[in-house]
Amino acid sequence: MSTALKKERKPQRPPRGGLATMVEAIRAGIWEEMERDPAVFLIGEDVGTYGGAFKVTEGIIDHFGPERVIDTPIAEAAIVGAACGAALMGMRPVAEFQFIDFISCGFDLLTNYAAKCRYRWGANIPAVFRGPCGSGVRSGPFHSLNPESFFTNTAGLKIVEPSTAYDAKGLIKAAIRDPDPVLYFEHKKLYRLPRLREELPEDDYIVEIGKARTRREGRDLSIITFGAQVLTALDAAEELEKEGLDVEVIDLRTLAPLDKEAILGSVKKTSRALILHEASLTGGIGGEIAAIISAEAFEWLDAPVVRVASLDTPVPYSPPLEDYYLPQVKDVVDAARKLAAY
Amino acid sequence: MRISTKYAPRKPPEGKPRSCITDTSLTHEQMLELYRFLKLTRLVEERIVNLYRQTKVVGGVYRSLGQEATAVGSAYALRPDDFITPIIRDLGAVFVKGIRPREILAQYMAKAWGPSGGKDLNVHFGYLDKGFLGPISHLGDMIPVMTGILLGARMQKKDIVGLAYIGDGGASTGAFYEGMNFAAVQRLPLIVIAEYNHYAYSTPTSSQTAVRNLVERAAAFGIPGYIVDGNDVVACYEVTKQAIDYARKGRGAVLIEAKTYRRKGHAEHDDQRYVPAGEIEYWEKHNDPIDRFEKFLLDQKVATQEKLDEITAAVMREIEEDSEWAESSPMPEPEGAAYGVFDNSIVPPAFRPKVLES
Ligand SMILES: Cc1ncc(C[n+]2csc(CCOP(=O)(O)OP(=O)(O)O)c2C)c(N)n1
Ligand SMILES: [Mg+2]
Repeated sequence: MSTALKKERKPQRPPRGGLATMVEAIRAGIWEEMERDPAVFLIGEDVGTYGGAFKVTEGIIDHFGPERVIDTPIAEAAIVGAACGAALMGMRPVAEFQFIDFISCGFDLLTNYAAKCRYRWGANIPAVFRGPCGSGVRSGPFHSLNPESFFTNTAGLKIVEPSTAYDAKGLIKAAIRDPDPVLYFEHKKLYRLPRLREELPEDDYIVEIGKARTRREGRDLSIITFGAQVLTALDAAEELEKEGLDVEVIDLRTLAPLDKEAILGSVKKTSRALILHEASLTGGIGGEIAAIISAEAFEWLDAPVVRVASLDTPVPYSPPLEDYYLPQVKDVVDAARKLAAY
Repeated sequence: MRISTKYAPRKPPEGKPRSCITDTSLTHEQMLELYRFLKLTRLVEERIVNLYRQTKVVGGVYRSLGQEATAVGSAYALRPDDFITPIIRDLGAVFVKGIRPREILAQYMAKAWGPSGGKDLNVHFGYLDKGFLGPISHLGDMIPVMTGILLGARMQKKDIVGLAYIGDGGASTGAFYEGMNFAAVQRLPLIVIAEYNHYAYSTPTSSQTAVRNLVERAAAFGIPGYIVDGNDVVACYEVTKQAIDYARKGRGAVLIEAKTYRRKGHAEHDDQRYVPAGEIEYWEKHNDPIDRFEKFLLDQKVATQEKLDEITAAVMREIEEDSEWAESSPMPEPEGAAYGVFDNSIVPPAFRPKVLES
């Protein structure tokens, strides 16, 4: 595009409520927190003028200025470390990974520094580390990651991943206000999905970290999932309904600490549990959830706990490969049928 | 360590258009080959954009428009068994290394016949026998890997050098520093081309580093540095040749900074709103590497315009043929996703386990 043709940009303060996609909801949540608390600031690659690779932070620099929206060099270790230091000083950094795949470059500081400060010497790190995760958009092995299980085995990091615009806003606000480090994963496929557009309340609200949400009530079996796979689960549930199966869908929303009460409550009601996630099966968070269920709801179960997840491979690029890699509605429906018939 | 500015960009005399340096050991035949690679790079990328507009490309399109000379000129100084590891803007170097347009086109279309069989994107593959080591997305990571290639080669008494490319942004990563430092202290024959193309995605180089020239970092590694006019393909060739000579003698690593300009956005979707008005047009009009080399070839009577047109026509024919080949490739079979994580004669393919069937 010719440089002469560029559009004028005005900082658009997001409306308090109204219809919002997930990306708009996250932006509104960040914006409101920055208005509420001068300690909140943004740090990351291309988050300023460009507004981030997915435009999550678009317009924020125009309103709040470059002191509070800091474009960094390509240096994730520096981003995480600097966020930790600023947080120790009482600031509230919201750090962005351009793609969540690059969180690996900040892994050391996240798992060794951010996660362990409070435990070691009582100093808390109120920082948010966010970024686009997830596959299904033909981005190949390095722009498709679902990294939650790299971190669930590290004590000291909270992990959230919304699947609705409402939750996205409520969770980003809760994460910013939280006294401890929070990893906030945003499935890139959901950012602008029209299906997720919803009316948001005008009032200030948060979604409490550590609380799951029942997205669909049912009696016959529970699908426990989160992120973009909530949509797969809901689609599967609709199909199963036609066959007379009444499926409950639990959206975890927080992956650490897990809402055991919600998981166990649902499973005790339905007696059948299917865990669905987009990361590879082996070592995924599904194993942890299955262990909790079998240890604490064994007597209520009428069937083994089953897991549906992606292949134990990197995320391949080509559409037929990626579709095969990912759990599809059909895989969930098949598994649910067998589970119900068990 | 001194920084050589012998090949640095120079302002042309008032009113004169830019050309290329004339002090060169390149033969006329070699120059025409360089010209072919420059045109091939630009025209293949244009073909990829066309395919993208026809929605035949899966994923993003990354251009090296305006910086083709850096990749082509530098890689041309290598011997066949030397190694390169490019970044996304170095398609030209990939072609110099003997990779064919059809392979790149098939990669962009995520086809089965692409070298990665649809598992990965664009230049993300490799041929060890050709000395081509494709990158991963994570910037900086290939510098230490190339260091290891050279370490291995030295242990095997192989006389090769490694040419690695890094962006002005990628040079901010920890991996870049660790790899450079390690190669330097081991005196490995690593030549790194740092491409100062003014932007890393939307971030100007002035927000990326406090040094004015990326090459100033050579001092931190204790290695020699060069600045080269990255839009002068002859200068890029000559400077890399000098660095290779130095490295091959066992004297160690070299950092070369190429001054160039990224005329397109980070990827095809980028509207370049962060670019000051007129900047792109300036580089297009006054500092296009292919225009400059054409002028050089004509002025130096290396070739006539007809000869250059002939080369371009041959390139077009090759691209036509290769596009057809790539388009005729099937998409990969879905089940292929499960293969190749490990040696499948030891560990079986990673099929999705059947639920409640035993
Ligand atoms: C470690 C890491 N962080 C972030 C990214 C996302 N990213 C991809 S390309 C890019 C900009 C690269 O700029 P530069 O290194 O100057 O290369 P250029 O695109 O200009 O050739 C960024 C930030 C990445 N690939 N790797
Ligand atoms: Mg750059």
